Amino acid sequence: MSGHDSKYFSTTKKGEIPELKEELNSQYKDKRKDAVKKVIAAMTVGKDVSSLFTDVVNCMQTENLELKKLVYLYLINYAKSQPDLAILAVNTFVKDSQDPNPLIRALAVRTMGCIRVDKITEYLCDPLQRCLKDDDPYVRKTAAICVAKLYDINAELVEDRGFLEALKDLISDNNPMVVANAVAALAEIQESSARPIFEITSHTLTKLLTALNECTEWGQVFILDSLSRYKATDARDAENIVERVTPRLQHANCAVVLSAVKIILLQMELITSTDVVRNLCKKMAPPLVTLLSAEPEIQYVALRNINLIVQKRPTILAHEIKVFFCKYNDPIYVKMEKLEIMIKLASDRNIDQVLLEFKEYATEVDVDFVRKAVRAIGRCAIKLDRAAERCISVLLELIKIKVNYVVQEAIIVIKDIFRRYPNTYESIIATLCESLDNLDEPEAKASMIWIIGEYAERIDNADELLESFLESFPEEPALVQLQLLTATVKLFLKKPTEGPQQMIQAVLNNATVETDNPDLRDRAYIYWRLLSTDPEAAKDVVLAEKPVISDDSNQLDSSLLDELLANISTLSSVYHKPPEAFISRVKAAPRADDEEFADAGEAGYSESPSQGVDGASPSSSTGTSSNVPVKQPAAPAPIPDLLGDLMGLDNALVPVDEPTALSGPPLPVVLPSTTGQGLQISAQLVRRDGQIFYDISFENGTQSVLDGFMIQFNKNTFGLAAGGPLQVTPLQPGASARTLLPMVFSQNVSPGAPNSLLQVAVKNNQQPVWYFSDKGSLHVFFGEDGKMERTSFLEAWKSLPDDNEFSKEYPNSVINSIDATIENLAASNVFFIAKRKNANMDVLYLSAKIPRGIPFLIELTAAVGVPGAKCAVKTPNKEFVPLFFEAMEPLIK
Amino acid sequence: MAGAVSALFLLDIKGRVLVWRDFRGDVTAIQAERFFTKLLDKEGDAEAYSPVVYDDAGVTYMFIQHNNVFLLTASRQNCNAASILLFLHRVVDVFKHYFEELEEESLRDNFVVVYELLDEMMDFGYPQYTEAKILSEFIKTDAYKMEVSQRPPMAVTNAVSWRSEGIRYKKNEVFLDVVESVNILVNSNGQIVRSDVVGALKMRTYLSGMPECKLGLNDKVLLEAQGRATKGKAIDLDDIKFHQCVRLARFENDRTISFIPPDGSFDLMTYRLSTQVKPLIWVEAQVEKHSRSRIEFMVKARSQFKERSTATNVEIEVPVPSDATNPNIRTSMGSAAYAPERDAMVWKIKSFPGGKEYMCRAEFSLPSITAEEAVPEKKAPIRVKFEIPYFTVSGIQVRYLKIIEKSGYQALPWVRYITMAGEYELRLL
Repeated sequence: MSGHDSKYFSTTKKGEIPELKEELNSQYKDKRKDAVKKVIAAMTVGKDVSSLFTDVVNCMQTENLELKKLVYLYLINYAKSQPDLAILAVNTFVKDSQDPNPLIRALAVRTMGCIRVDKITEYLCDPLQRCLKDDDPYVRKTAAICVAKLYDINAELVEDRGFLEALKDLISDNNPMVVANAVAALAEIQESSARPIFEITSHTLTKLLTALNECTEWGQVFILDSLSRYKATDARDAENIVERVTPRLQHANCAVVLSAVKIILLQMELITSTDVVRNLCKKMAPPLVTLLSAEPEIQYVALRNINLIVQKRPTILAHEIKVFFCKYNDPIYVKMEKLEIMIKLASDRNIDQVLLEFKEYATEVDVDFVRKAVRAIGRCAIKLDRAAERCISVLLELIKIKVNYVVQEAIIVIKDIFRRYPNTYESIIATLCESLDNLDEPEAKASMIWIIGEYAERIDNADELLESFLESFPEEPALVQLQLLTATVKLFLKKPTEGPQQMIQAVLNNATVETDNPDLRDRAYIYWRLLSTDPEAAKDVVLAEKPVISDDSNQLDSSLLDELLANISTLSSVYHKPPEAFISRVKAAPRADDEEFADAGEAGYSESPSQGVDGASPSSSTGTSSNVPVKQPAAPAPIPDLLGDLMGLDNALVPVDEPTALSGPPLPVVLPSTTGQGLQISAQLVRRDGQIFYDISFENGTQSVLDGFMIQFNKNTFGLAAGGPLQVTPLQPGASARTLLPMVFSQNVSPGAPNSLLQVAVKNNQQPVWYFSDKGSLHVFFGEDGKMERTSFLEAWKSLPDDNEFSKEYPNSVINSIDATIENLAASNVFFIAKRKNANMDVLYLSAKIPRGIPFLIELTAAVGVPGAKCAVKTPNKEFVPLFFEAMEPLIK
Repeated sequence: MAGAVSALFLLDIKGRVLVWRDFRGDVTAIQAERFFTKLLDKEGDAEAYSPVVYDDAGVTYMFIQHNNVFLLTASRQNCNAASILLFLHRVVDVFKHYFEELEEESLRDNFVVVYELLDEMMDFGYPQYTEAKILSEFIKTDAYKMEVSQRPPMAVTNAVSWRSEGIRYKKNEVFLDVVESVNILVNSNGQIVRSDVVGALKMRTYLSGMPECKLGLNDKVLLEAQGRATKGKAIDLDDIKFHQCVRLARFENDRTISFIPPDGSFDLMTYRLSTQVKPLIWVEAQVEKHSRSRIEFMVKARSQFKERSTATNVEIEVPVPSDATNPNIRTSMGSAAYAPERDAMVWKIKSFPGGKEYMCRAEFSLPSITAEEAVPEKKAPIRVKFEIPYFTVSGIQVRYLKIIEKSGYQALPWVRYITMAGEYELRLL
């Protein structure tokens, strides 16, 4: 069944467009159809054929289904560029939606939903209403999806016309495919709305579980995925669901299997009977293993998910490690993931076999894979203390092969093994030293130098070895320089003889005078002072016993793990990141109360008098008569005074005044009392006087006194960390406390795409550690220094390439007064630069700046009193743009 | 939890868009093309990348390759990755059903049908319908066959979405092939590191009407549940996967395999058996490198199954260094040849009865000069291919296949068994 459509791609000598126009208006049906095909062919290869719009639309009224489909396809593509002409098609659409042939009815409503032109959308409502109640299930299933399309274009219209109710009715439809599509549509609408729209009750649950048995494989995936949001009421309810879902594990479609696994894992949390849980684990293992016989792309997704599953429930696959052994022909991305899982499943029982495998992989061709295999051996050594010796002997065998990158990788992991098992395996140092000359990678070099420094007393010629590195000190990368500096100090402290003394002087000189790396210089100064004032103290510091390390490099935080497991099979589980970390879509209707908080907070605080930011006198308490009591903010960042008291450095960060009871607008709840076993935490990032605070309040709903509150922040995009300890007095039952925690910017910046997520851990002496995530808004980071001069703004705007310009519409924002808006924005450190009028629109130019000196150049276009504002922004750091748009939304409301 | 893709692209081998379907208007073809061509440029080899890639603009791309075509989706939501990637494979199957082969040429030749199919297979980024056989009932390649009053086949929305009503055959027949692939991995110490058997019941049905089928296997769980003394061998299958036509809830209840089959060929079920299997064909190779000038192989192959069975089309691929020349090969059975394009020597034996051992000796010349810093040789394993008809490793047996249709016709079931090598690898010392 092969076609010959390629002939439509060929062009003629005569002007193409006029010729097509002529053919489109031909009186012969076949000629018209051929012409439309040619138009579509041209469209496919990217030629602009929008000028033929009227002629193509004229062919729309046809009995020929194929021709109709082609014209519809054309319309989807070009209606946006010709919105006025697109109206011409509306009549035919409406007529087609009542055609006796269900294929045409469905086609009409499906296509209308794809045309994202407001004028057309208005006319879509009536046909859609009819089609949702159509006799033919094929039309109903298409209409169900169409509601989601309409919601994407105009959410209000969908709600006003009662389509949501109609969609909910379809969940009770007698046709399983209609149910499945209705579920998909509702789930998507729910995703973009903060109001509860699609809630699964026990009644809908029954309907969905019934439809699950009958609908197509894709429909089964929709239903299973939506079920993952259902919270079972009790263990019985959970068992019941699991019982209905378990047969899906036998489905040939891997996506159905993975989604079923997701539901079972989620419901297992509620099941109390250990027998049932054990039995379920046993049932899930074979289907998970079988996923590894699927296509490599599916295997990859499965492996990323299995990685999560074994972290949560290691028993499921404890005996299946062999299936993760790499096959020769596995694509490299599959091999890498298999390796990760092998490390996780390695145990004393199987380590011998695993080591044989790793050794085999370490001699393969792909360098990244080889390195990972070598590293895997080291991680097993750290994880399994009884196998450490065997791991090391494998590493030594590999070193003897003398393949350069294998040797270097091995040295890096051996350093970690030394740290894990101090004073155990030093006998191999001599072997390591043989490879000294071949090290050319910074990490390997640094590791080797660390080993020499750490064991300087046992290596006879440690000084010679270090000296050989010192010659090239100025050219080394920072990592190696830092390690060299520390190792030389260690050597000197261990063997304070003449040679090392000369070396240390050379190094300190190099590291303080000849370098412009502040880290290196600071560390060198600290050593210098220590050594010159109190060598014994230096020993205590530099040669102090190190905490033992463990292999947790790939363990996810438990709350994150649970979130990811609820997202099994989705992109979130592939990336091992929560969905909000990579999804740029902002919710269509943000919660109204959220905005109130933001606004009130901003307005309330901007009134308060400025506080001297004075890190030198941190102990002076706040005596100012501000209307809102505040703690003395700490210095924005620790800037140690090198000549001052080094040991006193720590104190500079700690505000020691008494915590003061704070009042103010209520904060958003970040840890509900149901999760916190009675403790409720509300918090929000705020900015006051150029300083960022974490405004946090605790409500003790437990029966006992809570005390000893401590807080910690996970690595985040801006490196935000607590600037001091949390000051909370012991909380009586029923009492609450609120405090402002000063925040500082540390170097501890999380890599990856920026997000405004703040992961926080809070603990007290009575309860377990609580983890929660708080989504801050970027606007608290807008600095006071964000104002730009007119000229520099212009220059900056011009110098940035067009690729760096982004724009966003805020359809719901109304600007009632330009001046009030400017004032409002200035209060949030978005500074006004200039304005101009363009027809009835006002165009404002503004600037803002976030930490690390990242500027935003803003052009805000709106008409006073008319809903809808457009915000265009240019910035050198594109990755912050989604966050920026999110932050602007409440500000221009 | 929900998510859909924004657009679906069919790209040529260089990453240029051939055909695309925009579902949500938030990812453009230019954007996708720019991203993907850049990706290909970086490595030149799509295999180096995981099939799920994130770009900085908040878009996730997922792709698979088939011949000289990439199928790519772009998404801004947290969509179901397994479902989407599997869907892309199904799209390939549908196109293959329509155009025999999916490649750049066939896409160009049929772009009208391609658009029509995409429209039916995915709506607003949600997978909808991928049963090629049923699709071809209402989307035809030859446009003139299309009648105006065409309706969507009932099957598209029916509970039985894989079979249309009103199918008629003069002679009602079912062919059932039980195919078992043996996967094995032997490490350089001669230990079996991993072995499993993946079986498939491949069915071809030529049956009229809506036949109800019931399949009986020598399934240990079922036979024990029925309290039957197991005559002969009953087998324990690790994991069974069924075609969507099989009623899963019924199987879960009483292990009955009941279904209304699709028309034509399909995989009724697949199963896996992870018990240790004795390698059916054992291969040993002794390699001797002589003074950098020549290399000698002595390969022994032994069949370790019963004498009444015979392996056919045996092919043993032994890796040789990529710079080897002047092959000199002798075999005690079959023929062997140097295949420089695969860096291997390939030894073929047409017929290899059970309990036999054959030999092959080979000698190659090597260049006497080698690079100063030798890159490690790619260490390929010995790979073996074979087929053994009328034999299964698992001992699976079809006890009965009952076919009941309301018109009451008699249908003939034909059953065949075959075992073949899957990923059958023995690592060299």
